[in-house]
Amino acid sequence: MSMEVFSQYLVNGLMLGMIYAMVAVGFTLFFGVMDVIQFAHGDVLMLGAFTALVTFLGLDAIGITNPWLQILIMLVVSMLLIAVVGALVAKYLILPLKDAPPLNTLLLTLMLGLVLRELVRLFYPDGSNSKPFPRLLPDHELHLGAFSIRADSAILLVAGLVTIVALHYVITRTKLGLAIRAVAQDGETARVMGINFHWIVLLTFGLGSAMAAIGGIMNGLYYSEINFGVGLLLGIIGFSAAILGGLTNVYGAILGGFLFAALQTVGSVMLPLIGSGVPSSYKDVFAFAVVIMLLAWKPSGLIAERSSERV
Amino acid sequence: MEYHFPKLALGAAALALAMSLPTAVNAKDTVKIAFIGPLTGGSSAIGLGGRNSADLALKQRNANPQSKYTYELVALDDECKPNVGVQVATKAAADKSIIAGVTNYCSAVAISAVDVYHRFGLPVIVWGAVLPAITYGQKYKEVHRVNGTMINQNQVAAEFMAKQGYKKWAVIHDTTDYGKGHNQYFSESLKKHGGEILGTFGVMSDQQDFTAELTKIKELNPEVIFFGGLTPLGIRIRSQMDKLGITAQLQGTSGIKSDAYISGLGNELAEGSLAFLEGAPLEKLPHGKEFSDAYQKQGYAQPPDAYGPFAYAAMNLIMDSIEKAGPNRKKVMADLNQTHDADTVIGKVTFDDHGQNIVPLVSTYVAQDGKWVIWEDSEYATGKRKLKR
Repeated sequence: MSMEVFSQYLVNGLMLGMIYAMVAVGFTLFFGVMDVIQFAHGDVLMLGAFTALVTFLGLDAIGITNPWLQILIMLVVSMLLIAVVGALVAKYLILPLKDAPPLNTLLLTLMLGLVLRELVRLFYPDGSNSKPFPRLLPDHELHLGAFSIRADSAILLVAGLVTIVALHYVITRTKLGLAIRAVAQDGETARVMGINFHWIVLLTFGLGSAMAAIGGIMNGLYYSEINFGVGLLLGIIGFSAAILGGLTNVYGAILGGFLFAALQTVGSVMLPLIGSGVPSSYKDVFAFAVVIMLLAWKPSGLIAERSSERV
Repeated sequence: MEYHFPKLALGAAALALAMSLPTAVNAKDTVKIAFIGPLTGGSSAIGLGGRNSADLALKQRNANPQSKYTYELVALDDECKPNVGVQVATKAAADKSIIAGVTNYCSAVAISAVDVYHRFGLPVIVWGAVLPAITYGQKYKEVHRVNGTMINQNQVAAEFMAKQGYKKWAVIHDTTDYGKGHNQYFSESLKKHGGEILGTFGVMSDQQDFTAELTKIKELNPEVIFFGGLTPLGIRIRSQMDKLGITAQLQGTSGIKSDAYISGLGNELAEGSLAFLEGAPLEKLPHGKEFSDAYQKQGYAQPPDAYGPFAYAAMNLIMDSIEKAGPNRKKVMADLNQTHDADTVIGKVTFDDHGQNIVPLVSTYVAQDGKWVIWEDSEYATGKRKLKR
């Protein structure tokens, strides 16, 4: 395998991993504060991508054509709107079911995902078909020795890293982060200590959903195409990545996302080498099978919660 | 009473003779022919266009003083549903006054109905269904087909591409019957033209990310990527090819020849993509203009649509055989089986020993300036624009 091809696989895997990580972080944040799985999270990502697309069309219509300005406004509008959507989901669908069996929340969010998907399919003009996502990033090749990467992929990877660092900062260095961690550790005690539990849950869901919006825009910019079904598999993979990472640890989720992408990439390269009868479409089978084995080996995820935290 | 008989009979006979004399030349037997297609539901636009076209052929024949019979159309609705299709096929086949049928657009219906036609010995010509097994799955003497199949489509595609001078392919196909069929028939046809397939990649029909497959393909460095599958995947593959800097030509099947393909990619990225489709626009058909004019004159509520000319040709072939062999199912079937180089609106028709027309009409389309353009009319054919390598 030449260096050029290797670097291409590496970039593919890193990009996929970055998008998965964006989704997985949300699952982890939500589970942290509310002990629920928000199964519509992948579809919230899809909604974020469509919000950005509509914003772009609007900007184009009023004559704002600077691509960097466009991306900035798309990010701001999409993140804000999707954060509100996430908070609304928490307020009206998750919090009221706080004392109900967790299965009910699970079912509810699964159905919400279906509703979001179908709403976009039915009400976005010609929503059943794929929509082109604007190519706003420069697409020339950057060469670093034998290594080559397209500028847009490089920008997206850097942007993803910046997002992760920013999230790390919010969680470890801000009062909001402190409150989120407090609620995640022990909601009752946090409340006794004067933390507004209700608000922290809403803010956490807003934060996680805004991350999904970023993921949606990255997904759109990377593939130059979005469709109403994009969130379905991303949701499942993001969830698996979160579980793989331990489900209570944001860094575990990020690690899980990259690990899953690496498994898929390795699978698609290695599987055809086994024999010509093994198509690369088995890469998902391979990746999920390895995840099953990893979980059988470490049932509580790769970065397990320290037992003392849950007392 | 007997006493009066001769007189009365004579009178009656004379009267009858007097009444019938002026019209005796025109007294013809009526022969019924069935038309089966989706007249309601999602595919009804094509079904109604087919029925109107069959009806047009019949009306033209009835208006011709030289035809030996008066033809009557029995139009039946299969709703594009296999269970309904079998019911109406049985209804038509069990009715002994129906001599033959122009049948089925939907492949799933046709494949269930061919057994019925065979059991009842009703000679039929399929006018739209493309599944190869309808003619090639068995050897029913009753079943014929004027339109081509996936096999023909890929024969034409392979020949066309070889003529453009391409040598090396990579194949991506979805793993449904549709994608697998295209992969199989295209690969077989390509071998005959000396093309080489460097790699074949089966993908899921809802896959989003193709960068892994495409990176491998980039390494293989083919001149053409053949894609056997439908529009949504076609869009993603074309778009991700660009992302990875793959400059190979994209060659699709009938599955991507849709407006959604171009609107999903934008004109610039769709530009130059190739697709192959059964049939041709009316103005490209050998007798398309005459057909089109006659169709207009009848003032049908619906246009003939893509497969109308096939139904028209099928109806004419059946009536030709009835004129020759007489209104008898067995004789009509035997005559249809002999069809060789018959001149029809869609060109020459020759049935092989499976009843399949082996001179099928398949058109090559290229995406040019945001539209699918027939190859012959495109700036690519004139050399003004060039396909990729």
